[in-house]
Amino acid sequence: MGTTLLQKVWDLHSVRALPTGQTQLFIGLHLIHEVTTPQAFDTLRARGWTVARPDRTFATVDHIVPTSQRTRPFLDVLAEDMIASLERNCRDFGVRLAGLDDERQGIVHVIGPELGLTQPGMTIACGDSHTSTHGAFGAVAFGIGTSQVRDVLASQCLAMEPLKVRRIRVTGTLPPGVYAKDVVLTIIQRLGVAGGVGYAYEYAGEVIERMSMDERMTICNMSIEGGARVGYVNPDQTTFDYIKGRPFAPAGEAFDRACAWWRSLASDPDAVYDDDVEIRAEELTPVVTWGVNPGQSIGVAEVVPSGREPGTDPAAVRDALEYMQLQPGRPIAGLKVDVAFIGSCTNSRLSDLREAARVVKGRRVAPHVKALVVPGSASVKEAAEREGLDEIFRSAGFEWRAAGCSMCLGMNPDKLSGDQVCAASSNRNFKGRQGSPTGRTLLMSPAMVAAAAVAGQVTDVREMVN
Amino acid sequence: MQAERITSVRGRALPMRGDDIDTDRIMPARFLKAVTFDGLEQHIFEDERAGSKAASHGHGIHPFDNPHYAGASVLLVNSNFGCGSSREHAPQALRRWGIRAVVGESFSEIFFGNSLMIGMPCVTATALEIRELMDRVEERPDTIIAVDLARGVCETDGYSCAVSIPAAARDAFVTGAWDTTGLLLERYGEVDAVAARLPYIKGF
Ligand code: SF4
Repeated sequence: MGTTLLQKVWDLHSVRALPTGQTQLFIGLHLIHEVTTPQAFDTLRARGWTVARPDRTFATVDHIVPTSQRTRPFLDVLAEDMIASLERNCRDFGVRLAGLDDERQGIVHVIGPELGLTQPGMTIACGDSHTSTHGAFGAVAFGIGTSQVRDVLASQCLAMEPLKVRRIRVTGTLPPGVYAKDVVLTIIQRLGVAGGVGYAYEYAGEVIERMSMDERMTICNMSIEGGARVGYVNPDQTTFDYIKGRPFAPAGEAFDRACAWWRSLASDPDAVYDDDVEIRAEELTPVVTWGVNPGQSIGVAEVVPSGREPGTDPAAVRDALEYMQLQPGRPIAGLKVDVAFIGSCTNSRLSDLREAARVVKGRRVAPHVKALVVPGSASVKEAAEREGLDEIFRSAGFEWRAAGCSMCLGMNPDKLSGDQVCAASSNRNFKGRQGSPTGRTLLMSPAMVAAAAVAGQVTDVREMVN
Repeated sequence: MQAERITSVRGRALPMRGDDIDTDRIMPARFLKAVTFDGLEQHIFEDERAGSKAASHGHGIHPFDNPHYAGASVLLVNSNFGCGSSREHAPQALRRWGIRAVVGESFSEIFFGNSLMIGMPCVTATALEIRELMDRVEERPDTIIAVDLARGVCETDGYSCAVSIPAAARDAFVTGAWDTTGLLLERYGEVDAVAARLPYIKGF
């Protein structure tokens, strides 16, 4: 009987069974950022502890950094305080930091893979729920809270409960205009926002196997929105090709030995799963959320539900529609948008920007729409500029920003105001998520956001590209 | 290092109805802009509290603004409570507000784990039982609820139900091992041994 990747990686990293029944797991890579760490470092100081493995710890700044005016000190004193505190903590504890002016700066889940820090078979932890992104490489990557950040800083370990594994096979071929984002939004819609609780999601099937690393990252990124603690894809040649030559990747013959080891960690063909689900790619269409959690979505050609559909909770639908100010039964296409946001750790990589640019090229953003593109990292920004993508966006009327989390969450100057409707390539449409207590978020693929920006309303991107 | 042993929590309760209450709602992101957790309790559900003050919809008053529930130490919730962002600020704020235990239909795993790490047990009961508890508390806000971790029951005047919590978490609370850092630091030699075997650490 075969073993899953999750089990193999778990066994390789388990130190011992704790008296609490949990497993003490060694963490191979700890990524940190400004928001969830200051209190953890304070505890270390208070107890006289050091960082156990600064060589396995890497820091950057992303959540609160402004994406336009970046001169220090920031106008926002609280933000300045947080950045300064991370800088001091990294200095005092010997942790490497890709700070504001570093060419490696960016959203933590974009830079880990980009730098080759993220590798197959690792256990990875970060004080951010979207750490599941790194699972795209066949790593087991946990989003953790601040007290666990303290644990990892002090001991390079976590106390973890075992997970079950659900394999989700996406089979067939994706129709044109349907992207990784649509795949994962569909998975969450079908299995529910709490459907993954207690599970790791293993994404498999031809569609996933043919996907680029950027696309796999989009899928794994949103595992957490389906309730799963981690999501992963078995490492393969696509994975190895991506890693090769990156700054922290093994080089030369060591790289070949690494590939052999990485390959051995993939789930065995006869591995046994706790649950198995198939999604047929042919059935998929571009998806838009209409509600206040990422599971509340429909195809772009469908109408907003009323709560009378089988399997829906009428009270939850009513509450969501009231917040979203949407009439049941209206088509989602044609809904006016005020803001278009292309960015976030879900969809801010070079290929995302390319797909969005393909839609935007030669067109103009609708006059009433504020549109912005926020590359996920300084290096994505630079690469995009080398290809002239910034010019395509700028001349269409998009703002072209510096790397950060930006409008994904309301912690920096990029926020919605009032009850604006935002077409967003990010991952959360929770009430108030984008910084305005009444702001309304529609999640969709970056290409769909680009289409909405141009049309000024929710639009089927398939009508805009060939 | 031994943390406080938590075997039971007793006190008045606060019912917070609704499924899938995410941590952005519990603690809007702008309040994460601080280098300590101090004072966070003032901002619990801040945006929706402001909203329910302003709007006429719903029952008007938000449970966290309802003076009848001031001083409650048991929070009653429905399903998938604490989903979304991993921000520990959400459970930290609840605990600082005075909540010592949460009883709900189900919890997101990160929220559950974060609460464990700060000594605030989250236990589950069925939807029917939760509804019964919420109804009782809404009718008589001075109702005292006792959550007994060791026996796995939740009791109030004239009503009791079983509550569950994974055995590992229960043991952590009742033995005072929920503050894990000490435990993880205990046998560091074994940690080094595991690390030394990993090819990506020792070199490929
Ligand atoms: S982009 Fe959004 S989801 Fe991703 S790390 Fe930043 S705030 Fe979190």
